[in-house]
Amino acid sequence: METINYQNFRIEAENICVDYNGKVALYDANLRLKPGQICGLVGMNGAGKTTFFNALTGFVNISKGKIRINGESVRSAQKDQTIAYVPQNEGIDSQFPISVWDVVMMGRYGSMNIFRCPRESDVQAVKDAIERVDLIDHLSTPIGNLSGGQRKRTFLARAIAQRASILLLDEPFSGVDIRTEKLISELFIQFKNEGKTILLSTHDMIHVREFCDLVLLINKTVVAYGETSEVFTPENITTTFGGISPDFLFGPES
Amino acid sequence: MELSSFLTLDSFITDPLTHEFMRKALLMSSLVAAVCGFLSSYLTLKGWALMGDAVSHSVMPGVVVAYALGLPFSLGAFIFGVGSVALIGFIKQKSRVKEDTVIGLVFTGFFALGIVLVTKIKSNIDLHSILFGSPLGISLSDVKQTIFISLLVVILLSIFRKDLMLYCFDPRHAKTVGINIFFLHYLLLTCLSLAAVVGLQSVGIILVVAMLITPGATAYLLTDKFDNMTIISVISAIISSVIGIYISFWFDLETGGSIVLAQTFIFLFAFLFAPRYGIFKLKKFFAGYK
Repeated sequence: METINYQNFRIEAENICVDYNGKVALYDANLRLKPGQICGLVGMNGAGKTTFFNALTGFVNISKGKIRINGESVRSAQKDQTIAYVPQNEGIDSQFPISVWDVVMMGRYGSMNIFRCPRESDVQAVKDAIERVDLIDHLSTPIGNLSGGQRKRTFLARAIAQRASILLLDEPFSGVDIRTEKLISELFIQFKNEGKTILLSTHDMIHVREFCDLVLLINKTVVAYGETSEVFTPENITTTFGGISPDFLFGPES
Repeated sequence: MELSSFLTLDSFITDPLTHEFMRKALLMSSLVAAVCGFLSSYLTLKGWALMGDAVSHSVMPGVVVAYALGLPFSLGAFIFGVGSVALIGFIKQKSRVKEDTVIGLVFTGFFALGIVLVTKIKSNIDLHSILFGSPLGISLSDVKQTIFISLLVVILLSIFRKDLMLYCFDPRHAKTVGINIFFLHYLLLTCLSLAAVVGLQSVGIILVVAMLITPGATAYLLTDKFDNMTIISVISAIISSVIGIYISFWFDLETGGSIVLAQTFIFLFAFLFAPRYGIFKLKKFFAGYK
């Protein structure tokens, strides 16, 4: 078991830039997160949220800047299974012929041999993860037959089985039922106590206030970053969403 | 053909087997079908049907050049197959033209080059057999090459089958846990080019894409498990080849066309009667009577 030094940073991104064939998607973005912190990533569509995730996982290369994951390079973070990515429901082909068990087992692939033969420990890790998200009755259900919330939990279980210390969640609360939302929020508290670091993107402002210690507002670059209570102000949100007043985003009563 | 030979099922099956070329054709086509069927599970799930079409057409000039230079034709086909995909990627990145347009213009360009080369380079290449396949006239060296390539593709796909499944399903996760998706991408492309080369002997360049997508599509309608999908895909491909060759023998039809038609009929059957995903949803129908 790793010993957690709560002073060291889990994620350090310094002045990172990402461009796709000359088109800038993200520039001069900074982020520092410690173990046990939950950070909300808030921005419009196309503001670079997914790009930020992609840079942290190494799915796209950064053109400038530096990323350290647990003090090491992105490459070694990949080798060590440090980061788990939980995709948006829309980002997944739900008709793919694959069961809950198989998806969660994919969380173990990185640490298996080349033939990806599950060892006893892998089977146990997968079972435990599926139990934690309350899907033990759906082990062999094809993901196409699951509800949106159950599918979300399946991918959370994959991240748990991976034993990652950093979780990146793309819209974890979109399109899920109340039960799943409650389960996810319980899991967040457990993850926090285990010293995991969570970065989640969301459209829902209420969830930011409820779950996130920190918030990162982005619009191609960082608009504001800090403690939620300080940074998550109507002015900052308006700037992030290109001048749209937060009344529209929150509803009039907030 | 004597009418009496039609009367018993027994002779319907055994008569063609008395010819050596038929035994060879059945074995080779089944092998090729199995390889293409194996691969087609991945292609249909990855959404690479158009890519399969592109690669299989683009190998044409490679085959012609290799023949002219006295090289193994699989080598030429392989170079042009992978080259076409690289070119598609390059043009897509450097221009504003949409991907499907780029794919369409690149592969037709390659294909046209192949046709022009065939007529210019006077060799013993039979245009007809490249375009439409000639499973009944496979030479010994072709047999060796087909077996070698088929085994190579089957071994590669077997070793990396789980990684390839993950790559098709969620490449982002694969990358995040340190799996080399660049390698998997080119592995799948390589297998596609190689399968196109062996497939074109059976059904020809024009129809080889059917071998690479139809069995996978059929299997996709019949199961929700990836491993079963692969198995069903391979079996339906083999059955189609055997049926196609028998029918072409007895009714004197073009062999490649018959094989692909057999695949299409099996697909249509699944499309209508697949228990869960067929038009008639037989599973629900029967459940209603319980």
